[in-house]
Amino acid sequence: MLGKRFGVLLVLLAFIMVFSGTGLADEVRIGVYEPLTGPMAAGGQMTLEGIRLAHELYPTVLGKEVRLFVEDNKTDKAEAALTVSRLIELHRVNAIIGTYGSSLAMSGGPVAETAGIPVMGCSPTHPLVTEGNDYYFRACFIDPFQGHIMATYAYHTLGAREVAIIQDIAQDYSVGLSHFFRQAFVELTGDPASVVGMSSYQTLDTDFTAQLTYLRGLNPDAVFAPGYYGDVALLITQARELGMDIPFLGGDACEAPEFIEIGGQNVEGVAISTHYSADAPVTEESTKFVEAFYEKYGHAPSAFAALGYDAYLLILDAIERAGSIEPEDIRFALSQTEGFEGATGFITMDETGNAVKTGVILQVQDGEFIYAGSVEPQ
Amino acid sequence: MSLTHFFQHFTNAIYLGSLYALIAIGYTMVYGILRLINFAHGELLIVGAFIAYYGILIFHLPWWLSFLVAIALGAFVGVSLERIAYRPLRQRDAPRISLLVSAIGASFFLQNIGLVIIGGRHKAFYRPPFFAQTTQLGEVSVMNFLFVIPLVTLLILGGVFFLVYRTRTGMAMRALAKDYPTARLMGININRIIAYTFALGSGLAAIGGIMYAMRYPAIHPLAGVLPGIKCFIAAVVGGIGNVPGAVIGGFILGFLEIMGIAFFPHLAGYRDAIAFIVLLLILSFKPTGLMGEQVVEKV
Repeated sequence: MLGKRFGVLLVLLAFIMVFSGTGLADEVRIGVYEPLTGPMAAGGQMTLEGIRLAHELYPTVLGKEVRLFVEDNKTDKAEAALTVSRLIELHRVNAIIGTYGSSLAMSGGPVAETAGIPVMGCSPTHPLVTEGNDYYFRACFIDPFQGHIMATYAYHTLGAREVAIIQDIAQDYSVGLSHFFRQAFVELTGDPASVVGMSSYQTLDTDFTAQLTYLRGLNPDAVFAPGYYGDVALLITQARELGMDIPFLGGDACEAPEFIEIGGQNVEGVAISTHYSADAPVTEESTKFVEAFYEKYGHAPSAFAALGYDAYLLILDAIERAGSIEPEDIRFALSQTEGFEGATGFITMDETGNAVKTGVILQVQDGEFIYAGSVEPQ
Repeated sequence: MSLTHFFQHFTNAIYLGSLYALIAIGYTMVYGILRLINFAHGELLIVGAFIAYYGILIFHLPWWLSFLVAIALGAFVGVSLERIAYRPLRQRDAPRISLLVSAIGASFFLQNIGLVIIGGRHKAFYRPPFFAQTTQLGEVSVMNFLFVIPLVTLLILGGVFFLVYRTRTGMAMRALAKDYPTARLMGININRIIAYTFALGSGLAAIGGIMYAMRYPAIHPLAGVLPGIKCFIAAVVGGIGNVPGAVIGGFILGFLEIMGIAFFPHLAGYRDAIAFIVLLLILSFKPTGLMGEQVVEKV
């Protein structure tokens, strides 16, 4: 009896192994891990829009069909590592794209590195995502630059001399960006006391009134809130309700339609830094991307859609240059990327695997993100 | 900290505390009568909030009608949940722990069905302008929520008291809380009373959810988890099963969270840790909660 069952199991197992192995040679398997649910769902879904569009426009490479395998990491650090394993072990992908959320990327990164599968990050901006990991690359700039953009904006455009910061201590992105902003701002003013106060909250918190009341008492000229869109929108709403009418600034993680839907009137005038704006096309590929995106989705693409699009194209470009779909060859070709024309600009990988690119400032006006200028890399 | 600052913190604490109190009442009521911790309570909050959200968005109901519909449908969802997830177990005399596991399962089920149907992205909840109106009293900003939420909490507290102590159904509920078999012998239809209890508890959850969503107008299917856990803890600290205790527990938790930051702004990141250390201290001195009764094991 037991033997019979065991036999059936063995046959099944053999079937699975045979079928999961078929077609490996004549197709390219690209895995995607993104937060499609949870507090960062908007970021992941916007990125996926871009990846799917790119896949539709460029479905083959080296004469082979490209197949996408999409996994939801649920905005969960443990789940992020798990989804990367699943993409590698179960779907046997040649390369991976992901993920929105630096903490998630930092959790998935080591898994891919151990397995020797290259990952092209779309928007994780924390420096440690690629540092010390030869297999992680990204299509975006990193937070020291983003901190510099917003500090300069606060100092020169707003004329702020004293600022306060409120960060999400559960997110590496937020803590990192807050640190780099502080550094850049203190460099501009030459006075460490010009950052008058810091306060913290955690992802999933909804009440920020205590932190805001504390910061209000310090009378800053502006507040920098480098958190994710949902939290920052609630936070600014509560700040306005507490009678704080000073300018608020955010980072790229604020760019999501939800930021404006939740914040409404309260987030008018808020300025954020990001990677790209559909209003300021930089390459021929940007124009093509924006047109195709409108046609497919009926609305303007976000920076994350553009980065997802570029991440996909960068991998295809690397496969083409390598003339191989072996993960090791793709990794090497990715590290050699130079002057690649993407939707978000010309992309060159530095030795750590980061793209060096122009930053964009957006400002909320009449319920929309309006292009408010570009900042060239230092 | 200046006096105006203190008053501002105090106001903030009342918003938060009364909200916790409101949600904790529903938790504690179901437990008090059925001795069942309904872990799906946090999800029922969000169910209520989402029904209200879609009532306004899709059916263009006026907000107050949409809220009423949400409370009624929320109660219906609660009763269905009891019918599907708890009653079959209860009728097979399953041990309490199985019911608890079933409750946790129901909680996960509701979360995931929400993710499948609604999707994981935040939705902006509608706020009737009156509620979010702000008035400046000197340097202290006061929203109308300051009066609305505690008022609703008080009304509910009164309503629950009236129902449990002044009506025949309430009498049956109290009988049930004491002893199932004897209550049944007295001619009480146990299943019906339990269904009433769930309807009431879930209706309260829907009210709590709507209030929560108005105060923090960003909802998604997993948004009920944290308030659910926190209000469960508030109910335990107040003495689970005791309705005024839940209100006190809710206010204590709200005040601890706000005042922890007010007095130690540099430890803002440890807000929950500070609040819960104090709660642990309270429980170590009063293990059954502030107003909890000594549990006597029935033999």
